[in-house]
Amino acid sequence: MEPIGTEGVVHDFSRDKQAFGMPWGKAMMWIFLLSDTFIFSCFLVGYMSVRLATTDPWPIPSEVFALSFGGEPIPLILIAIMTFILITSSGTMAMAVNMGYRKDRKKTFWLMVATAALGASFVGMQAFEWTKLIVEEGVRPWGNPMGAAQFGSSFFMITGFHGMHVSAGVIYLLVIANRVRNGFYEKRGGKYEIVEITGLYWHFVDLVWVFIFAFFYLW
Amino acid sequence: MASEDGQQHPLSVYFWIWGLLFVLSFFSYMVDYLNLQGNLRWGLILLFMFLKAGFIIAIFMHMKWERLALKIAILGPPVAIIVLIWLMSAEGLYIEETRIDYYGESTFEPEAPPHH
Repeated sequence: MEPIGTEGVVHDFSRDKQAFGMPWGKAMMWIFLLSDTFIFSCFLVGYMSVRLATTDPWPIPSEVFALSFGGEPIPLILIAIMTFILITSSGTMAMAVNMGYRKDRKKTFWLMVATAALGASFVGMQAFEWTKLIVEEGVRPWGNPMGAAQFGSSFFMITGFHGMHVSAGVIYLLVIANRVRNGFYEKRGGKYEIVEITGLYWHFVDLVWVFIFAFFYLW
Repeated sequence: MASEDGQQHPLSVYFWIWGLLFVLSFFSYMVDYLNLQGNLRWGLILLFMFLKAGFIIAIFMHMKWERLALKIAILGPPVAIIVLIWLMSAEGLYIEETRIDYYGESTFEPEAPPHH
């Protein structure tokens, strides 16, 4: 029985070979996500400083991102749908991880494919949102007709970097899902911790969106 | 539970958190939809944001069941970001003040409201 609590911390950090009692790939994914946390934090803090520093009025996201389906424009509706899609994909991913540990390859495969499909639809909606913003609203990284010029640069940088993460995640998911399907991991001792590692990345992408949604779209 | 075999938990835990995330997202959308303003708006945005982030990290990413060494190694360093936020908000407000002092108030005229 290994010690827990603060005694466990001393025990873990003073180990000869391995500080974290988990597959090395999982520890490395956590450390990568920690570094990614700092990148996104820097972007969001940068956005905060330019928004504080500008004397021009900040465009109201609620109005800028409203969408009309024939009638009155509904505020932030597309962003709300994108948020729900990403949460749904986080749920299917959590299921995939669970099925992976149960060694149910078929369910794991299909749940990962579903997660990737939801992720791809998220990126599709983002492409639509960008197009609308650039073509119809005239938003550019250096200015826009509605207010502070920094709105465009912050928006494109933050959501662009997040969208890139989602796109990379979709590819990552499909690669791992395919390997689960074709028995790649069966030849390597039948361990499916890789599904959990992929899941960590995917949940992180959802996590970043929680902060972007709060600070960029709602604030 | 957390062991060498990895993270295995009953499915019901995930369904509960999944549902909760939907509800919390709906609430945060309502903050905007109902057009709440001021401290109430910001407070609610932050509240729902931290709850959602907390549940994602703790349950979906299994942090709740990991050993304390990993929790400290991963959740500790981001605390430094608070310092960065504090420094940059002071800086941002100072720049705004100097801009007003030297260039005067904004003369920006919105050309047009957004189309839909």
